[in-house]
Amino acid sequence: MDERRESEAAPTKNHTTVERRSERELVVTRTVNGPARLVFEAWTKADLFRRWWVPRSYGLTLLSCEMDVRVGGGYRLVFSHQDSTMEFFGTYLEVTPHSRLVWTNEEGDGGMTVTTVTFDEIAGRTLVVVHDLYPSKEALDAASGSTGAMPEALDQLDELLVSLGSTTTE
Amino acid sequence: MVQCVQANFDASFGALSDATRRGVLEQLGRADASITALAQRFHMTLTGMKKHVGVLEQAGLVTTEKVGRVRTCRLGLRGLQEEAEWIERYRQLWSARFDELDKVVEKLKRKERVDGRKKRK
Repeated sequence: MDERRESEAAPTKNHTTVERRSERELVVTRTVNGPARLVFEAWTKADLFRRWWVPRSYGLTLLSCEMDVRVGGGYRLVFSHQDSTMEFFGTYLEVTPHSRLVWTNEEGDGGMTVTTVTFDEIAGRTLVVVHDLYPSKEALDAASGSTGAMPEALDQLDELLVSLGSTTTE
Repeated sequence: MVQCVQANFDASFGALSDATRRGVLEQLGRADASITALAQRFHMTLTGMKKHVGVLEQAGLVTTEKVGRVRTCRLGLRGLQEEAEWIERYRQLWSARFDELDKVVEKLKRKERVDGRKKRK
């Protein structure tokens, strides 16, 4: 599936897959060219985490990133996007060095999402599997942008409804 | 969220309330067509057909794509297509994240090698 080129000077980008495994589950899989302990470090140290979690192209600024990575510890990420800020927060449920992280996302109104990340090292490379379990199908659908994450589209829809209401069919 | 879903349904019903628009959907069910062809088929002006297609498009029932000077319309499989599109957007987000993570891990690896060399000295 992924290309294996051993050149260190220009490491090939591995392929990221996303699968909706059930009504409530979403799974992201990706191999990272490095040992699990380093990949785990990048997921658990705030100063490293903030360097990759928010892709530059998304127009978001990570204002703060606090991570208390231990069972029962919390995290809080604050982003700014144009004029507004968004917060994401939750609690770490499991922290098994170099192999497994489980945390909750508690910012949504419909119950919490549980994210499980596993790190499997195979010959110096690490298979990372990110598993999101949403509280309900509705919560996943809402997160999925079919409705909730597309405010512009909804605004357009509102306008459309107004115009449909006011025009008679030809 | 419930209101949003409701709004979607309303938009679909609104779009379907017109005989011409229902005809356009029927036509597109048989084959993709340009706006010009649809206008001719339904004896309408180009502007009139553009409006109808716009309503159908906003309701997610039709998608259009402009290639050169021709805008082609086809049926939009809203549910499936939205999910597929969203999954692709989500994949792109994670792909971009992991590409950045690669760089961080690459740096950590390099640092380890340098530190290891220093220790050996």
